[in-house]
Amino acid sequence: MTSIHQPQKMKLDAKIPAGPLEEKWSNYRSKGKLVSPANKRRLDVIVVGSGLAGAAAAATLGELGYNVKCFCFQDSPRRAHSIAAQGGINAAKNYQNDGDSIYRLFYDTIKGGDYRSREANVYRLAEASVQIIDQCVAQGVPFAREYGGLLANRSFGGVQVSRTFYARGQTGQQLLLGAYSALSRQIAAGSVKMYNRHEMLDVVVIDSKARGIIARNLVTGELERHGAHAVLLCTGGYGNVFFLSTNAMGSNVTAAWKAHRKGALFANPCFTQIHPTCIPVTSGYQSKLTLMSESLRNDGRVWVPKKKEDRLKPPHLIPEEDRDYYLERMYPAFGNLVPRDIASRAAKVVCDEGRGVVKSGYAVYLDFSDAIKRLGKATIAARYGNLFEMYQRITDDNPYETPMKIFPAVHYTMGGLWVDYDLMTNIPGLYALGEANFSDHGANRLGASALMQGLADGYFVIPVTIAQYLADEIRTPRIDTNHPAFKQAEDQVKGDLNKLLSIKGNKSVDDYHMALGKIMWDKCGMARNAQGLKQARKEIQALRKEFWENVYVPGTANEFNPELEKAGRLADYFELGELMVIDALTREESCGGHFREEYTEDGEAKRDDANFLFVSAWEFTGTGNDPVLHKEELVYENVKPSTRSYK
Amino acid sequence: MKFTLKVWRQNNAQDAGRFETYSLSDVENDMSFLEMMDVLNQQLIKEKKDPVAFDHDCREGICGMCSMVINGHPHGHVKATTTCQLHMRSFKDGDTIVIEPWRAKAFPVIKDLAVDRSAFDNIIQAGGYVSVNTGSAPDANAVPVPQDLAEKAMDAAECIGCGACVAACKNSSAMLFLSAKVSHLALLPQGKPEHKKRVISMVKAHDEAGFGSCTNTGACEAYCPKGISITNIARLNREYLTAALASEEAV
Repeated sequence: MTSIHQPQKMKLDAKIPAGPLEEKWSNYRSKGKLVSPANKRRLDVIVVGSGLAGAAAAATLGELGYNVKCFCFQDSPRRAHSIAAQGGINAAKNYQNDGDSIYRLFYDTIKGGDYRSREANVYRLAEASVQIIDQCVAQGVPFAREYGGLLANRSFGGVQVSRTFYARGQTGQQLLLGAYSALSRQIAAGSVKMYNRHEMLDVVVIDSKARGIIARNLVTGELERHGAHAVLLCTGGYGNVFFLSTNAMGSNVTAAWKAHRKGALFANPCFTQIHPTCIPVTSGYQSKLTLMSESLRNDGRVWVPKKKEDRLKPPHLIPEEDRDYYLERMYPAFGNLVPRDIASRAAKVVCDEGRGVVKSGYAVYLDFSDAIKRLGKATIAARYGNLFEMYQRITDDNPYETPMKIFPAVHYTMGGLWVDYDLMTNIPGLYALGEANFSDHGANRLGASALMQGLADGYFVIPVTIAQYLADEIRTPRIDTNHPAFKQAEDQVKGDLNKLLSIKGNKSVDDYHMALGKIMWDKCGMARNAQGLKQARKEIQALRKEFWENVYVPGTANEFNPELEKAGRLADYFELGELMVIDALTREESCGGHFREEYTEDGEAKRDDANFLFVSAWEFTGTGNDPVLHKEELVYENVKPSTRSYK
Repeated sequence: MKFTLKVWRQNNAQDAGRFETYSLSDVENDMSFLEMMDVLNQQLIKEKKDPVAFDHDCREGICGMCSMVINGHPHGHVKATTTCQLHMRSFKDGDTIVIEPWRAKAFPVIKDLAVDRSAFDNIIQAGGYVSVNTGSAPDANAVPVPQDLAEKAMDAAECIGCGACVAACKNSSAMLFLSAKVSHLALLPQGKPEHKKRVISMVKAHDEAGFGSCTNTGACEAYCPKGISITNIARLNREYLTAALASEEAV
């Protein structure tokens, strides 16, 4: 694990098309290059990941005639973590006639992201949102409907219109199964070859272009070489760096990190989303946290007792006048529907004041009693029945009778691989889609926007933008996997796996992962300061050193070995964790999910547009070395960045 | 809480396999079943022994990855639950718990409790989709769908593809899984144009994968973590019959 890169001299070019905002994407599509059907058949594309972005991209590129290989580490593409998204997907359909429009969705997303995302990308996202709903309905996604048979909508945090489409509390599941069915159709047609239980462990770069991957067959342990004219990373987020998060156990940063080590820049790594409504931690053995959909805040009221001494009293014994509905008090305009970062921070503030409602002190109430009185139990059950049931199953408490206890938890990562307007990283031919890239959500993602972005990237953006690159690749023959670059990458992977197995130390992978998670949560979580971040970097480095000397990984590399998979992913988290801390330290302002205690005004986040109106894109220079910062200045031509106010 | 665990250990599909017995203390009430398995594996790793391989991912009951037969019950004895959402509070302190993989010819064991469920993917590939290319869809509200139909379709679409129905069935039939997808799409106007071709092709893939026939015992419904109803199998049978009668090809 030595330094492999000399810092690159580069000027980041986002390649945003010229022209007015509303015309950029349509002009791009009308004037862009095309690849003829005969040539598409000769071009190979690798898609890593089979979530909303990956499955949508693989299916659509297959439909267009490209030769696609798709990889997922799960036992079936249908299990990618997009499946767990609950609440819904935004689209600017304006079916409710409540004043929504593409511009308004664009504006809300830019504002919600605290002015740290790219205007052109977000506008394109809002445009695509409309087509996404059409596509999903045609696939048979059973969205909620009104009695008249038309589509129903609900509202979500951070906005004042109803534009969220949903399928009970399982919207992610239904959208993913839609994309999975489209993917399955292409697998049957022979245009996509699917590799289940395969993990990408390196990207192969030849003459500075991405030309393939090294993948490990997780059942046999065999390393495989796969060549392609382009490689798409649709590998999700890195919330599990915190050990406890709402991500699936297998969600990981490895594919993105290997690309970063090969020269791809990593953008805004410190922008993580802490979701306000999750089930609080109960024990030291806890393996993951469970989200309760943000949609619950439509009807639930968040509160803690006014007096510290009431905090462990049964809630029904606390009279109305002794309750502090703090979100309604602090943010009267949006109340319980403020964006996620604001709701999370407010929960932290009241808990830090000693008013948290469980023994550990880290929980607040989400109370449905008013809504049940107003609408009746049946209506609430129809809206949230499955969520209530899930809550009761996990906590053994009945939310129809007693308020839910909730606390923020790591949920989503806005940061990711730096990409241009084409979704291409700075390595030609290497793309990043969905949560794996950084481009659309700035410093804070609005609810119901992740599904929108994953599907927009996969169904509607990449099929157009990839042609700009592949049109110039039609003379490149099939990639020869005997090229020395493949052997070199494979040897590196083999060496890393053998090293992990040879340490034979005394602590398990989980021991180290929990320790890393604690550093990240305490010092790079909901609130950060320079002193803590500096300390965190030292602690991570020391822990990483110990890991490489004292971890115990059982078994061999030539078999089904889940502990070995975990060890490799953790090794990458150590390096990512350090980069996140460096990024958080460098960004001397508070914006969105990044809250620096030194930069506040009346307790609220204080953004610094004069000095930090840029994307931080980091270049890898070797493990433990200082990375090099490249800045992409953010230009706002249509929206004037202002102080985000939800009061 | 303390438990005695009898866990199925099998190195690979060729290995005959055997039960091994482990004792576990310090299990907490609020732990999920998989967190209890984590504690067992941490204990085995500390003893430098081979941890138990099992499939799991989201741990919130939606990905369908977890798959254990617990004391003879797929996903355990609590109704409408996945293994990851089963909690230790539903066991008695001191219990002996027997843990096995899904057992079915079509789901070969990969290792210990992890099995290969690719056969489910094959069934979906045989026709579990609407043939609509990206970009060709009409406006989403162009075709109204009666609310009760949309709800019924959603009831069927909630299937997580875990395979508990197969593990529960004495014939290892995957009819509940298959019928859930056939119903979901047959109920919606968007799925209508292909419904005959779909059902015939999917049933064929089901049989070819080595799943058994349905003899209506209802075990699948009883163990389905999402409560998918066997009325879907009745709908599948109707769909199949009408499609077969209308078909010009031999079925």
